[in-house]
Amino acid sequence: MRRLFDDELAELDADFTEMGMLVSEVIQQSVDAFMNRDAVAAQKLIDQDHQINEREIALEQKTFEMIALYQPVTTDLREIVTILKAVSELERAGDHARNVAHSAIKFGTKQKIPVLEQLIAEMGRLTTQMMKDVLTAYVNKDEHEARELADIDRKLDRLNHQVRADSYEQMRQDPSFETGASIYLNVSQDLSRIGDYVTNVCEWIIYLKSGQIIELNSASSGTEG
Amino acid sequence: MFVSNDVSNTETMQERHIVQPRDAQHPIVLSTEELHVFYGKKEAIYEGDLQFARNQITALIGPSGSGKSTYLRSLNRMNDRIATVTGRIMYRGVDINQPAIDVYEMRRRVGMVFQRPNPFAKSIYDNIAFALRLRGTTDKHELDEIVETSLKQAALWNQVKDDLNKSALALSGGQAQRLCIARAIAVKPDILLLDEPASALDPVSTSQLEDTLLELKKQYTIIIVTHNMQQAGRISEYTAFFNQGRVLEYDTTSHIFTNPQVQITSDYVSGNFG
Repeated sequence: MRRLFDDELAELDADFTEMGMLVSEVIQQSVDAFMNRDAVAAQKLIDQDHQINEREIALEQKTFEMIALYQPVTTDLREIVTILKAVSELERAGDHARNVAHSAIKFGTKQKIPVLEQLIAEMGRLTTQMMKDVLTAYVNKDEHEARELADIDRKLDRLNHQVRADSYEQMRQDPSFETGASIYLNVSQDLSRIGDYVTNVCEWIIYLKSGQIIELNSASSGTEG
Repeated sequence: MFVSNDVSNTETMQERHIVQPRDAQHPIVLSTEELHVFYGKKEAIYEGDLQFARNQITALIGPSGSGKSTYLRSLNRMNDRIATVTGRIMYRGVDINQPAIDVYEMRRRVGMVFQRPNPFAKSIYDNIAFALRLRGTTDKHELDEIVETSLKQAALWNQVKDDLNKSALALSGGQAQRLCIARAIAVKPDILLLDEPASALDPVSTSQLEDTLLELKKQYTIIIVTHNMQQAGRISEYTAFFNQGRVLEYDTTSHIFTNPQVQITSDYVSGNFG
């Protein structure tokens, strides 16, 4: 039996996926803008950030409306709740991508530090891949893939620690690197946060499939929802 | 949780009786064991054993013809004359499905409120006092007190206290249904069975009735058949899903409405059934 609700849910689902693709592109482009120190591209990303925020608000309004009108339960409810929660995670991930774009502009022509440049490039690659994969996991409702992605988040955290250690080391060795190293620190932190938000989306995909609210990458897990 | 053993395998679960409280927080006051109900040769209930927790509201849900009302009516032997009910209905350790049981005395403990309000063509007062007088309570003072207490418990006293001698037939649908509840609880039952008590009521009366039930569960164990999923969600602690004469799932209402283990339950509660 096809319900009107199913049509609206399919539309909501498509809008959410579209927003996810937008955030994914923004992350990719902000990483590229930073690696290339492309201030023009970075500024364009900053100027377009409102698009993500607007999509978030539109999706939230749509979910509120569907909850009020259809009073969904079981898998219907879980699908709506997943989108409502995940959309905030995407928006926050988008905010951090914007920060990376700001850092690209702020870095300007300062001298690059090869060891940090390499680590950030690796983090950028992992973050953009993770974001693309989480969308695939969402579209396929793939709980297994969602769990696997948490491993990448752990890698990102390790790289973030490495960047922090290397940045302080660089600053200690040559105080003139201080400003540049602190920007690497910020970018690393932003990419690591994007990984955290993507991991949260993974948790909501698991909830969608299983009804279990779990904490990936944490000692505490398994709270039943 | 009132589901047998491992519920992870849906197919396996459907093959089993679903009766055991896995995580019972409250003592069981009523349960059925191997209950079967036949209308002539047709078996209306063939796998529907449940246990009911004291001072809780349990909702029986399911499509029309699934057996939930038949099951409910069997619990206080309302089906005796129209169906054959085999198996045991255990009420506080006694099988009340035996011929030797005094059905009228048993129904004083296990009262029933029906789908359509059915007040007697008598005064509001006499609707409640009638059964009490039949049972030998003749003291006017005592009758007055029970009438007042019952009407208060059914949240009707304030609306009718000055009109106790008026005909009960003049009451609105919602008031009449609460009068029927007052009538049922006047004889101090233990368990209240309600068969779609709000289906003939408007949303305001429904809300008042639900408030009344939530108040009454402090003293009574309530089992309610409802077609209104939101109502089951709002007031019941446990929900049993009936389909084609069997209980397919019995769990906390929260689980039934968020994460049921059986696909048909999910389809039914989300209106995606059939």
